[in-house]
Amino acid sequence: MATDMTLAARPAALETLSLTGAQMVVRALKDQGVSHIFGYPGGAVLPIYDALFADNGITHVLVRHEQGATHAAEGYARSTGKPGVVLVTSGPGATNAVTGLTDALMDSIPLVVLTGQVATHLIGTDAFQEADTVGITRACTKHNWLVKDVNELSRTLHEAFQIATQGRPGPVVVDIPKDVQFKTGDYYAPEQIRHRTFRPKTEPDKDAIARAVEMMAEAKRPILYTGGGIINAGPKASLALRELASLTGFPVTSTLMGLGAFPASSPQWLGMLGMHGTYEANNAMHDCDLMVCLGARFDDRVTGRIDAFSPGSKKIHLDIDASQINKIVRVDLPIVADAGKAIAAMVKLWKAEGLKAQAIKDWWGQIDRWRARKCLAYQASESLIKPQYAIDRLYALTRARDVYITTEVGQHQMWAAQRFKFEEPNRWMTSGGLGTMGYGLPAAVGVQMAHPGALVIDIAGEASVQMTMQEMSTAAQYDLPIKIFILNNQYMGMVRQWQELLHGGRYSHSYSEALPDFVKLAEAFGCLGLQATKPAELDDKIRQMIDSPKAVLFDCRVDPTENCFPMIPSGGAHNDMILSALSDAEVSDEGKMLV
Amino acid sequence: MATERHTLTALVDNEAGVLARVVGLFSGRGYNIESLTVAEVDPVQRTSRITIVTSGPPAVIEQIEAQLRRVVPVHAVTNWTFASHGIEREMALVKVSRHALKAAKAAAETFGARALDEGSGVFELTDAPAKISSFIEAMRGLGLTDVSRTGVAAISRDNG
Repeated sequence: MATDMTLAARPAALETLSLTGAQMVVRALKDQGVSHIFGYPGGAVLPIYDALFADNGITHVLVRHEQGATHAAEGYARSTGKPGVVLVTSGPGATNAVTGLTDALMDSIPLVVLTGQVATHLIGTDAFQEADTVGITRACTKHNWLVKDVNELSRTLHEAFQIATQGRPGPVVVDIPKDVQFKTGDYYAPEQIRHRTFRPKTEPDKDAIARAVEMMAEAKRPILYTGGGIINAGPKASLALRELASLTGFPVTSTLMGLGAFPASSPQWLGMLGMHGTYEANNAMHDCDLMVCLGARFDDRVTGRIDAFSPGSKKIHLDIDASQINKIVRVDLPIVADAGKAIAAMVKLWKAEGLKAQAIKDWWGQIDRWRARKCLAYQASESLIKPQYAIDRLYALTRARDVYITTEVGQHQMWAAQRFKFEEPNRWMTSGGLGTMGYGLPAAVGVQMAHPGALVIDIAGEASVQMTMQEMSTAAQYDLPIKIFILNNQYMGMVRQWQELLHGGRYSHSYSEALPDFVKLAEAFGCLGLQATKPAELDDKIRQMIDSPKAVLFDCRVDPTENCFPMIPSGGAHNDMILSALSDAEVSDEGKMLV
Repeated sequence: MATERHTLTALVDNEAGVLARVVGLFSGRGYNIESLTVAEVDPVQRTSRITIVTSGPPAVIEQIEAQLRRVVPVHAVTNWTFASHGIEREMALVKVSRHALKAAKAAAETFGARALDEGSGVFELTDAPAKISSFIEAMRGLGLTDVSRTGVAAISRDNG
């Protein structure tokens, strides 16, 4: 691979250091400011582990499965804004990392994953623990490399950090054969390396910003549809969004990925939109005359039926990735830029021109009528813990603290997204695009490593959490007081819900049979186990969980038949929601084909 | 939306796996590849040009171009189909059975194809892809036995 440096006369111009490949890895991580890595040793990475042994500068977190390492690194990245770093061995080490890589690609999370590889002369011979790692991970990384020359290693590592973190963030893999780790070569520092062509566009086009604020000033029924791009653009972007909302008075909704960018306590907040979004958010999306999409990507979970998606609106789409423009929905004004820079430019221009929004009182009146439907209401119970009640109590009893929430995937995730109120970005870590059950527990490990004093809670389901349960052992090893709050309804709840609504109540293989005793399981890991079965005991048990210095598995037994509403049925439009179990909305045959 | 055929070129770093990235993008996202041509074009800069003929509705073509531009070692993507300054050529080797040689020669002359080897009945034609297809169709009527096409190469007419 040719870059600026190989073209220049490099040895004369640059000062280099002679290191082994393994030493270069450790040195490059430190030069990149990495303080934590998540990993698991094995034959093909032993030289790197040896170099880590000799150096105290980096904290290595030993996971129990490589998938756990990737999700922990994701949790670390999402809660800090820094890239997550993973170190695993060849073959099964690399293939076990594939789910986390795909998860990070779908949710635009910066990960640098280093994999060991068999020695270069063994590549292609079906050697022990050999896998075609760059081949396997090509489709689930932003970019990847196999480094066959130790003199290319430091450059590749630095480029890996650039590519993972710049532009639309994403996961990268650097595959390093064992002989390259042993060989000695020239080490280059990060500032000596610049990728030859990779220059993501981050500055917004001035004319596009001017046109955008003009459209916003003319809108009578506007909505800000925000997403994870704002979180990824850093805390400044969230601040810019808040200022834009306050200047314009526009209502704000967010995707699952964007929760926390805008404070849920604001009167302008409509709640999450999409399949399990609020009635007011989805109806506002449907009826708006101007949709300002900021760092979101018109995911199918957000849009519902495309040909009925917000039919009467003009659409502005801000995204750092040009390929997202017009991918699902044709838009009237694309802006390809960093969300923070673009929103700040809108704010600046709005102020400079002294613009005023239209009187949108009628629009707010309509929104208030939608709000009055109280779409998140549920039938309370004195005998059974309703999952919604459990989330509400968890929120109420933790809101005064510095809380980070991770989740697994399913009903519990949607209830958490609907009901937990986030005021700040980087506090909500959930698997959105890929929908990875088993994400939340290891993600909580990563979050807690980054924020030792914070209260880190994985809102989990009993099915999901069993997928990566072994990471409780990691939490125990590093004294991480993560709280695994399991809404145990004894079903793969979302599967059960779909089977009830779409498959005639035939609950094929969705019952969680032979569940472990979670209290004993916690004790076996050296953690605290708690169980609540009645609403009356919930608060005390939650307090015990919070107060424990240990990692906790909380078995919260909830109503097994509760469904998550509101819901846009598959193939439905935004104004076609099922509000409760009493609703009689039908799902078309076409809708049943969709996931 | 109606399906259109487009010729795209991507200038890429000639590094390991770059072709797999581009081809994997097409298969992974369900795009068509009608032909694919690739070779290094600058041994000093180590760049290759990949030319792909694809088909799809205009919105899909637009996505293909955008997705190609995301691939890290891709420097530039050009769509030649509506570019008046683009020029496209393809080369084909066409073989006919011995008894058809005489008629094939006459047909080849009208197309401007040349006989590569009198005895074996192999003809070579370099032209626009549509002309190549017509030539092959003409030969098919006469006793075609085998065809090899290179796929399209495209370049700009602009000079300066």
